[in-house]
Amino acid sequence: MSLLKVKDLTVTLMTGSGPADAVRRLSFELNHGEILGIAGESGSGKTMTALSILGLLPYKGKTSGSILFDGQEIVGFKAEQFRKIRGKDVAMIFQDPMTSLHPMLTVETQLTEHLRHHRKVSKDAARAKALELLDTVKIPDPASALTAHPSQFSGGMRQRIAIAMALACDPKLLIADEPTTALDVTVQAGILQLLKDLRKRDNLSVIVITHDLGVLSSLADRLLIMYAGAEVESGITSQILTSPKHPYTQGLIEALPDSGGSGKNLIAIEGMPPELGKFPSGCAFHTRCRFAQERCKQDWPTQVHFGSQGRIYCTVNPSAHEKTGQS
Amino acid sequence: MKISKNKTAKIAKEAKPGNSNSIWRQPLAIVGVVTIGLWVVAAIFAPWIAPYDPLSQDADKFVTPSAKHWMGTDELNRDILSRVIYGARISLPYSLLLVVLSAAIGSIIGGISGYFGGKVDAVIMRITDMFFAFPAIVLAMAVAAALGPEIRNAVIAITIVAWPVYARLVRGLILNAKQNDYVTASALLGSSSSRTLLVDLRPNLSGPVFVLAALEVGNALLLLSGLSFLGLGAQPPAAEWGSMVSMGAVNFDRWWVGLFPGLAILTAVLAFNFIGDALRDALDPRTAKALRD
Amino acid sequence: MEPVLTDRFSPMKFFRGTGFIPFIVKRILTSFLLIFGVTFIAFSITQLVPGDPVAANLGQSAYSDPEIVAAFEKEFGLDQPVPVQYLRYIQNLSKGNFGISLSSKRPVLDDLKEYFPATMEIALVAVVLALFIGLIFGTISAVTRDRLPDQIIRVFSLTGVSMPTFWTALVAFYIFFFLLGWAPGTGRLQPGAEAPENVTGLFTIDALIAGDFATFREAFAYLLLPAIVLAIYAVGVLTRFTRASVLEILGNDYVRTARSKGLSEFTVIRRHVLRPALLAIITVAGVAFASLMAGSVLVENVFSWPGLGQYAYRAAVGLDLPGIMGVSMVVATVYITMNLIVDILYRVIDPQLRKGDQ
Repeated sequence: MSLLKVKDLTVTLMTGSGPADAVRRLSFELNHGEILGIAGESGSGKTMTALSILGLLPYKGKTSGSILFDGQEIVGFKAEQFRKIRGKDVAMIFQDPMTSLHPMLTVETQLTEHLRHHRKVSKDAARAKALELLDTVKIPDPASALTAHPSQFSGGMRQRIAIAMALACDPKLLIADEPTTALDVTVQAGILQLLKDLRKRDNLSVIVITHDLGVLSSLADRLLIMYAGAEVESGITSQILTSPKHPYTQGLIEALPDSGGSGKNLIAIEGMPPELGKFPSGCAFHTRCRFAQERCKQDWPTQVHFGSQGRIYCTVNPSAHEKTGQS
Repeated sequence: MKISKNKTAKIAKEAKPGNSNSIWRQPLAIVGVVTIGLWVVAAIFAPWIAPYDPLSQDADKFVTPSAKHWMGTDELNRDILSRVIYGARISLPYSLLLVVLSAAIGSIIGGISGYFGGKVDAVIMRITDMFFAFPAIVLAMAVAAALGPEIRNAVIAITIVAWPVYARLVRGLILNAKQNDYVTASALLGSSSSRTLLVDLRPNLSGPVFVLAALEVGNALLLLSGLSFLGLGAQPPAAEWGSMVSMGAVNFDRWWVGLFPGLAILTAVLAFNFIGDALRDALDPRTAKALRD
Repeated sequence: MEPVLTDRFSPMKFFRGTGFIPFIVKRILTSFLLIFGVTFIAFSITQLVPGDPVAANLGQSAYSDPEIVAAFEKEFGLDQPVPVQYLRYIQNLSKGNFGISLSSKRPVLDDLKEYFPATMEIALVAVVLALFIGLIFGTISAVTRDRLPDQIIRVFSLTGVSMPTFWTALVAFYIFFFLLGWAPGTGRLQPGAEAPENVTGLFTIDALIAGDFATFREAFAYLLLPAIVLAIYAVGVLTRFTRASVLEILGNDYVRTARSKGLSEFTVIRRHVLRPALLAIITVAGVAFASLMAGSVLVENVFSWPGLGQYAYRAAVGLDLPGIMGVSMVVATVYITMNLIVDILYRVIDPQLRKGDQ
């Protein structure tokens, strides 16, 4: 049985101009010990997907559909029920370690407060565990790090502390939202290696959310590509990277600097990603798609399967646009 | 493909209700507007609404509130209801005048400070700092006493202590705007700097200044009636709310003498504050923050 | 390789490397300049407006006698040109001499020593009360944003800042003294009662020092009602400010992190939100304290509280320049000192700020 099974998830946020769906009819699964990468541009609903699993949506956010976590239906959870799994069974790492750690609390407090809250362990036991965690994430001199404040560490070290914090209660699921985006390139590799090691050691299930396919290429087992709150393509990482089926994914991969494409930063796809509340009707990508047809503007795209794992959402016959000029 | 740092925080901010709400969707603002409307009507039509002449001493002394005198009468046999109604003719226009005066003076000084910057700015800002450090009411009392106890002088006295808030606001807004693209753009297009300041910036300044002024009307009314209460503002026999409360303080065992004029002040100030608050919430968050600081 | 620790905490570095000492020296110097500026403003404004202190302080008959007027002017230095008067004032001030009050004919310093503690006493109780209530209600208001408790608290706090203090004082006095008889009445102690031996000038503290609990209870009973009335405005201000700061901090990433740990909302608020908010709130309370001291003019008037406000009122009406300057300096000094303390506290407590300073 899979650890997480999301079906027809829709997340509605309250915006200045009324409610808007940030995530639309999203379905995916995550197995034990698996690393799933969710990729998409800013505003594609990746982060909201993650926050809905933790029940941490912004003010007045609503969830519908189904999220089965470890056999439990999470959609419709009360705040109290969410608090019981949060930090204990599901833990999250946020994008910017400069702002996600509390500036005024010591590392020890931040590493142990949820451990003591969920597991009711003694202060000494919690401290021992904190030392062990800091060692796991390779913080030198864990004993003195415990009494320090986050501001005394570099960005990479802070992200390691954030990971240690997330691991404190031995969660079943770790969600990492852009864990390396705010870090220097040299530091990124270390963090990615750490995530890989942890999965191997603890059989941890991880969801990594990022806009950077390069980060996922060596890390994720499977990929889920999102656009305007909905899935466009999912499948085994290597298959998607070598032969993407959806025109959007093709554009993304062409944009990767080391894929032989023309350059970085999505030059391959014309136009800008749509803003929340202004998602186009039908297949939201039709405004930028070189294969778009009239029916793409009205119909929700059809699901097309490839092999055992691959899947795209596209109304136009995918064989008609088999990727050209691939490296 | 850059992703903004605090996506959720940004969305959460956008999701805040105040942004899209005009003040008409806030019930408190409506209560405020209606209340002020009623007071304005009372002020304009006082001779027709008030049951008695506010100065006439024909009734009996210290009549408790009754059908004949809804709010009772005072020490000098005057009908308190009529005096409260006529009081709106003093408190409202003078506190509005006071706010307009201090907003104008403060904006000009703040404008000069922000526009010229450098030494001029430093000197002006140090002076406003001193005014902030100054106990406003003590200075206002001293000035009012020196000019002679009269409502007009109380207005002058309070204006002298009230302008620095506006100066600081306008200066801050101008410094912000100076970094903005459109000012640079219009400078590039060759428009003169004074034109830039006056034409291009005015719409950006008038909104916050107006809101601050709206927030300050209540305070102005409180200070003004406070000075009158101390005998440094409106003088008897004028029907002014603050000085009427001071008659109540002398005769504190006759509760109605001070209660009703005080309630008049409270309702008017509260109404102004309701409106000011709603206006501030209706402004965009960053300007609203500038107002708070 | 990535740097391990960028800023390992060390006290020596903290005080030297971050420029902490120069910062304090600079802040203290500017504070002195500000106080000096306040005397200048007070002096110029009271000189600019017409008003005859001689007429205000001498009786009708004495005023018509030119010899008495000349003697009065000479005694208080009023016969000198204004700049000379100011220079002389500053000169005396630097020696700790605040001049002679025109209205009480006593050294202003003696007057201040007598009246300042009385105001200090009610203002202190008021600000502590207001801080306590404002913190609780402001936090509740922020946490229940836009729901019923928030709406109610917002209306109440707005009402608090809209009440004319002199009227509130009157209503409170009528209800609690005249109707219910709970409050003891006006003044600081029963008429004829002996004040405790003067140590701090705060009767409650002095009574405790003297071990005189009966006097302590009495002094406390007398100060409670004026202090509560004085606190009402500050409660409104602090509630509104607390709400705004808590809302702002709730939007921070680190609060979301705290929530992602599954801590109880109470813990999140207390440990992760209020701690950083507290600094800003205490700042405002400090500033509110100074304005309470000035605002006590109107309350003291109703309760016949022999404090700075009453003294300021008499000085203003009597155009008693040394008196007005004395009061202004005391209140301005409190205001500036509060700001100074808070600025320094910020440096010491908030590591983020300390870091941003390097």
